Amino acid sequence: MIAALFSKPERISAYWNRFIEEIIQLGIKSIFIVVLMSAFMGAVIVIQTATAIDSAWIPDYTVGFTVKHSIILEFSPTIISLILAGKVGSNIASELGTMRVTEQIDALEIMGINSRGFLIGPKVAGSMFIFPVIIIFSMVFGFVGGWFASYGTGLIPPEQFIEGIRSFSYENYEHIKYALIKTVVFAFLISSVSSYFGYYTKGGALEVGKNSTKAVVYSSILILLSNVLLTQLLLI
Amino acid sequence: MIEIKNISKTFQDVKVLDDISFTFYKGKTNLIIGESGSGKTVLTKCIVGLLDPDEGEISYDGRMFSSLKMKEKKEIRKELGMLFQAGALFDSLTVEENVAFPLKIFSDMSRSEMDDRVNFCLKRVNIENKNNLFPAEISGGMQKRVAIARAISMNPKYLFCDEPNSGLDPVTAIVIDELIKEITEEYNMTTVVITHDMNSVLEIGENIMFIYQGKNYWTGNKESILNTDVKEVNDFVYVSKFLRQFKEKIG
Repeated sequence: MIAALFSKPERISAYWNRFIEEIIQLGIKSIFIVVLMSAFMGAVIVIQTATAIDSAWIPDYTVGFTVKHSIILEFSPTIISLILAGKVGSNIASELGTMRVTEQIDALEIMGINSRGFLIGPKVAGSMFIFPVIIIFSMVFGFVGGWFASYGTGLIPPEQFIEGIRSFSYENYEHIKYALIKTVVFAFLISSVSSYFGYYTKGGALEVGKNSTKAVVYSSILILLSNVLLTQLLLI
Repeated sequence: MIEIKNISKTFQDVKVLDDISFTFYKGKTNLIIGESGSGKTVLTKCIVGLLDPDEGEISYDGRMFSSLKMKEKKEIRKELGMLFQAGALFDSLTVEENVAFPLKIFSDMSRSEMDDRVNFCLKRVNIENKNNLFPAEISGGMQKRVAIARAISMNPKYLFCDEPNSGLDPVTAIVIDELIKEITEEYNMTTVVITHDMNSVLEIGENIMFIYQGKNYWTGNKESILNTDVKEVNDFVYVSKFLRQFKEKIG
């Protein structure tokens, strides 16, 4: 299946349009839920961390520092990717599965179009392009949520939170690079695994549903496994 | 003209097609008929290359399709139009975009030329003022007609119709049958229609192959099918009380 994605397109402009459509469908339409979740998670991490390390010996900016590490290293790239595996993975698998059982994929093949390249290629490329952007949004709004929590609850002064976020800037750059590399790998896994389950659906509506579930489960498992592997390779 | 020779196909020890040979003529509506599960759709999928036959040869106007490489097969596929059982229109595209789809991919037409071609094809199948509706917003009969418009948009040499009347009322079914026949004659195409609808058989059956248990059991046309002595064909043709009474009347 992967080899077919790299075959010569019938018409580049048509593939480009599909690429843009997929960026909107898989990425832009996911931004709201990602931003919402990230802001609330950022707020909760601030409250939990501030409560847990409530000590005169530990400076307040430690809370901001901890939130930064949690969000950049794990929450945004991994947890948000798992959420995207649910939202985007099921979307891809059900769309392709429905196209398969209603013979729309056969119709493309009959026209002489490489259906795998035309349907799956832009999804994989679009995901790998837009997911890192979404993850940066997630990081930013995670910090924004954290700031509002520190401001609203008074557990730590907001300026101390900001100081914690801004500390160790060289390390921040390396961590963001690590997070974005992870995200690109996760985007590839989500889009290709979900496309596989959707494209090779056999049967009817029941199988479309089953394969959508399988796509989410297998994508999530692969994300968790590759997360361990990538952390070992890139961070240590 | 499409020729198939000794086509066989087996799925998990079940022989679905057994040594089928037949010739589909240019400018005629060629019918593949038979009971459900007799192998009609599998045979069609083999002919258009969606399935590979285990044995046999398929040739399009002398071009040996079955032995071509995928790239060469794709070139021949550009000459095919296909009407699927459920229409297979792209849900996310409007009526107009569906018909324009093959043109956008394969033709070098300008935007205005494309619009003209789309409108011509839609007008040809008697669909007007529906350009901006989605497939879910039009009736089943209209979906079939839009699918025909999409199939003919690239001026195909060969047209395949998989059960074009399924799910349609008898009046709309006749309209679709007549449309397929008219288009076949107008564009001098080799048309292959898969059906088990006797109305279609009697309406447009110029060259008929009857498949029974995966075999080419009988060949003929809409006149000869009414007078054949082959029991299996008679059982298929005269299955309704109305047709049995009709047969008794005509002797």
